[in-house]
Amino acid sequence: MRRGTVHAIVGENGAGKSTLMKILYGMQRADEGTIEIDGKVVVLRSPSDAIALGVGMVHQHFQLADNFTVLENVILGDEPTKGGVLQLGEARERIQDIGRAYRLTVDPDAMVEDIGVGDRQRVEIIKVLYRGCQTLILDEPTAVLVPQEVEQLFSALAELKSQGLTVIFISHKLDEVLSVADEITVIRGGTTVTTVLPSEVTARQLAELMVGSELPSPETRESTVTDVTVLDASGISLTADSGRRLLDDISLRIHAGEVLGIAGVEGNGQAELVETIMGMHSSATGTVVLGEEDISSWSTRARREAGVGYIPEDRSRHGLLLEASLWENRVLGHQTQAPNAKGALIDRKGARADTDRIVAEYDVRTPSIDVMASSLSGGNQQKLIVGREMSGNPRLLIAAHPTRGVDVGAQAAIWDEIRKARALGLGVLLISADLDELIGLSDHIKVLLRGRFVADADPLTVTPELLGSAMTGAGGEES
Amino acid sequence: MSISKMSVPTPGEVLAPLALQRRTVKLTGWRLAALVAGVIAVLSFVRIVTGATQIDSAGTIAAAIGLAIPIGMAGLGGLWSERAGVVNIGLEGMMILGTWGAGWAGTLYGPWWGLIAGAAFGAIGGLVHAVATVTFGVDQIVSGVAINLLGLGITQYLSALVWPGQPTQSPSIPAIGTFTLPGFSDAMATIAEKGWFFVSDCASILRALTFQVPYTTFIAVALLPITFFLLWRTAFGLRLRSCGEAPHAAESLGVNVYLHKYIAVVVSGALAGFGGGVLATVLAGIYREGQTGGQGFIGLAAMIFGNWRVGGLGAGSLLFGYTQAMQLRSGDAVHALLLAIVVALVVLGVWMLWRRKFSGAITSLVVAGVAFLWYVTTDTLPDQVAYVTPYVATLLVLSLASQRLRMPAADGKPYIKGQDH
Amino acid sequence: MRKIALVVAAPLLALAFAVLVTTVILIASGHAPIDVYKQMWDYGTQPDSLVLTLNLSTTYYLAAVSVAIGFKMNLFNIGVDGQYRLAALFAAFVGGRVSLPPVLHVTLIIVVAMAVGAMWAGAAAVLKNRRGVSEVISTIMLNYVATGVIAFLLTTDRFAVMTEGSNNIGTQPIPPSGQVPGFNVIPESTSPVFGLILLAALVGIGYWWMLSRTRFGFDLRATGLSPTAAVASGVNVKRMVLYVMLLSGAIAGLIGMPQLLGESHTYNLDFPAGLGFTGIAIALLGRNSPVGIVFGSLLWAFLDVSRQILDLTGVSKEIVTIMQGVAVLSVVIAYELVRRYGIAAQQREVGRQLAADAELAGATA
Repeated sequence: MRRGTVHAIVGENGAGKSTLMKILYGMQRADEGTIEIDGKVVVLRSPSDAIALGVGMVHQHFQLADNFTVLENVILGDEPTKGGVLQLGEARERIQDIGRAYRLTVDPDAMVEDIGVGDRQRVEIIKVLYRGCQTLILDEPTAVLVPQEVEQLFSALAELKSQGLTVIFISHKLDEVLSVADEITVIRGGTTVTTVLPSEVTARQLAELMVGSELPSPETRESTVTDVTVLDASGISLTADSGRRLLDDISLRIHAGEVLGIAGVEGNGQAELVETIMGMHSSATGTVVLGEEDISSWSTRARREAGVGYIPEDRSRHGLLLEASLWENRVLGHQTQAPNAKGALIDRKGARADTDRIVAEYDVRTPSIDVMASSLSGGNQQKLIVGREMSGNPRLLIAAHPTRGVDVGAQAAIWDEIRKARALGLGVLLISADLDELIGLSDHIKVLLRGRFVADADPLTVTPELLGSAMTGAGGEES
Repeated sequence: MSISKMSVPTPGEVLAPLALQRRTVKLTGWRLAALVAGVIAVLSFVRIVTGATQIDSAGTIAAAIGLAIPIGMAGLGGLWSERAGVVNIGLEGMMILGTWGAGWAGTLYGPWWGLIAGAAFGAIGGLVHAVATVTFGVDQIVSGVAINLLGLGITQYLSALVWPGQPTQSPSIPAIGTFTLPGFSDAMATIAEKGWFFVSDCASILRALTFQVPYTTFIAVALLPITFFLLWRTAFGLRLRSCGEAPHAAESLGVNVYLHKYIAVVVSGALAGFGGGVLATVLAGIYREGQTGGQGFIGLAAMIFGNWRVGGLGAGSLLFGYTQAMQLRSGDAVHALLLAIVVALVVLGVWMLWRRKFSGAITSLVVAGVAFLWYVTTDTLPDQVAYVTPYVATLLVLSLASQRLRMPAADGKPYIKGQDH
Repeated sequence: MRKIALVVAAPLLALAFAVLVTTVILIASGHAPIDVYKQMWDYGTQPDSLVLTLNLSTTYYLAAVSVAIGFKMNLFNIGVDGQYRLAALFAAFVGGRVSLPPVLHVTLIIVVAMAVGAMWAGAAAVLKNRRGVSEVISTIMLNYVATGVIAFLLTTDRFAVMTEGSNNIGTQPIPPSGQVPGFNVIPESTSPVFGLILLAALVGIGYWWMLSRTRFGFDLRATGLSPTAAVASGVNVKRMVLYVMLLSGAIAGLIGMPQLLGESHTYNLDFPAGLGFTGIAIALLGRNSPVGIVFGSLLWAFLDVSRQILDLTGVSKEIVTIMQGVAVLSVVIAYELVRRYGIAAQQREVGRQLAADAELAGATA
């Protein structure tokens, strides 16, 4: 990478972008290879080392103390002092200097909790510049921004570039990458595919490079879709405490035997949509009808009892009790249903027997059903969850990133289960960042962008490239 | 994600603030002066109406300040610890250690050594808390409870060892020096006796501040601005507070989170211990088992009442100290205080009407009415009313203002280096 | 087997450490530790001492269960102390004022106690659910408010009467119909064991059954292990907070009953205080487990009884308090370490076993 350029690194989720950045910022050590800065080979053991060498990072999740002022956040750890006493005036001037020099204006005395997301990002950038860094790493900087803020960010980056700083820009929003980068490196499966100039490629070509050609396709085919509606959600909206619209008038319908796939870049409302259908957001508006019944006001438990299976996105936080045994995890989420419960009691025998069944049927590799869930690998944990959620004759299965962080074998097994569910006449809502998975398994795909459905796609004809464009709002609205 | 909002708040997540509702009127010097003058005026009015001179006599105020000191020191200890992200309900235990240390060293080497020993004993308690919570990541509430038990046990044993004849108390500790401003304080006493509206009440306060004030009071009061300076005006303080707000961010910027937490918790123990020392050497002149009687917890309450800030904590300590002082006064005075509350509520209600906050206005006026009825239908209040006041006040403040209170964001959460939050 | 070893290892290690600290202190203060321990053991195992131990541990057990129910869900009911004292006062007052047939009378007293305890604890739950007030702070405050309320009510013009032949005051003594007689368990001792030891056993069994056999218990444990996963599984956490707090308070109400109905028959100024905090210590010691708490309360009671001999031998009996305190603090650290070690060990174990299985399968294939 050359000084005074914006270098973009693109790749699919899990392609190794974040790992690469962590290594560059000293948060992880590389197994092999070297890093050179200004022609010298360096070893980065910690973020402090990286900062000392002039490499700073702006994390996707801001590392800011909300209850501190902008000023305090910027100077923390590198405070200008006289005999230990903070020299706030001096610091304020330096921040204002940086602001003027790079056109990054933020009120140094504002509380971070009172400022918007765009401002917060500017604070993060100022933090890095304040420490005299010449190289900035920005991890998915636009993921949380609205379009105007993205524009502001880009003009700030241009300013930085013109002053001779180097920016490494990690993203999977291809249109943005093309408009801001001087060079683009595409990585896939942990290795560099190629480095291209933005003038030489189109978004579609870039998407192809990102996705690659090899498709271990999870194909479904011959439609089993019936005209029996399993889930009918209409007009669903959800607003965050900050007033931001997380979901904006979402409507969807899933039939028995149908897999509805939701595509979208993470953070565009997928998680909220799932949680709303599960009844975990009491402030959400709109109606949810399961089969014939309006379940809009039902509790999560009632919805589960009514036959909604749920494979949550974050296994360890929402799907499992890590420090409980496998059979107790079999009960979780189905506390009130046979074979786990008899009246107000837990049916240990029934639950254990059924856990044995799941372990055998879904090939959960474990020495016993009495070990803690935390001792299983991610793939086996997920197979247990899938087996659990498929038990008890569900009508609707909600699967959020069902193959995330699992090995290839478990991935294939989970795909099989989703196909089986479809064949059995369940409605399936599938959310995934893996576009091949989505295209291969879904009967219909909807694209979610900033809390709204922006496109529909037919998996028989759509390609990952097209889908990728729609997800990032790069055009190709309908295929 | 958003799910977590619906989960059981951990002790650290309590009092989650609604950022948007946090707009409060900034307390400038003039507003503060006006508030103080208003309180004095109300007390003065009530004193004249009821004839209960004790509600703001110099003796009462001196007692209130004296009693506020241990509370304030415990609260300040809590502030240090919680600003660094460690909930410290072991303050009570550390304070107990402090009272004993003061009793032991005080009887042997004099009161000043007693105070130093009190702080040192408290610091040891703080160190134990730090080892358990910072190094081993034990739940902070659990560790605090254990330290309270341990503090009691150790002091009981040590007492039996050191004072075998009478193991529940020490011999008396020599008194600490006091400060009197000659001439001025007597003049104030004279004015106070005149019973003039407002003027005499101010004179009472000045008399209390200039007549036989123990030197420890000055030290303790000075510790408030010193703490403010250290925590809010130095690099060290910024780093310490960052451990309570965003430890992961702090670590990523090279702040040694463990070290700062250790320092904070040990200082916290030392301050609570010093508060215990004041209790034993100055207020009682003797170490007595069970002397703290929950002052450590009240200190914690004063800190929460003060919204984790030095000034608020000082005001909270004074308020709680005052209610304790009233306990020692006659029933008349407590009864008269009820009228003071009525007046204060009416003023508040009118102010709210003026600010067009009608529901709040109606509530305070209705409560004022009820309190007034209570006042006119009774002659005295039970002693216990004054006793429970600090606790009830804390509960009220927490339940009415918990949305406005702002505890450090990472308070109560164990921090493990390198682990994601 | 390994699991059991791990569960037992932590408290044993912590106890060993506590004994070590105690021994060092004894040596430092010029006593022979072995003699001290032997005297305690000899005294503590005398028949009368054993009866005392059983009676004391009955009370302790109830206190610890009351605390443990909340702790199991990460709900810190520090207010058990105020709850049981207030409950005992009201129960004693009602019991002394009514006359009913024997069983009914006792039942009424116990129901009153449970209701008062539950109400006092429920206040903290409402404050938490409605106003977001930490139960830790509110229950501590409510302890002191309870002290004030009791002081207010326990006067001769309200709940209390003068006790004949002393200057103590207490509630009207409960007539025999409201008393629960003890029974002799230890043959060599003439003093009886509290009849309500059976109630404690029942509460223990109920607690165990509730935790391990009922849906409610499952939800409770799930919430304690992972509030986020509990919510996703359909647990209504606010409702759980309320129910668990009520239950904890109701059991807190029982703490004073063995003493009240079995021995003192009145709530007076000497009624034991501070049991709520002992309960916290024992719950921590027994790791909130119904069985662990049995051992914890027996041990605690044995130490409390057997230390009475020490005064006669010139060793201050507070050495036992130190032992107890050190044990509690070191046991929570030990549990935390063992917990982390246990998770890591099982992960390795499972990995190894699966690898071995795979090899075996490969060999046979």
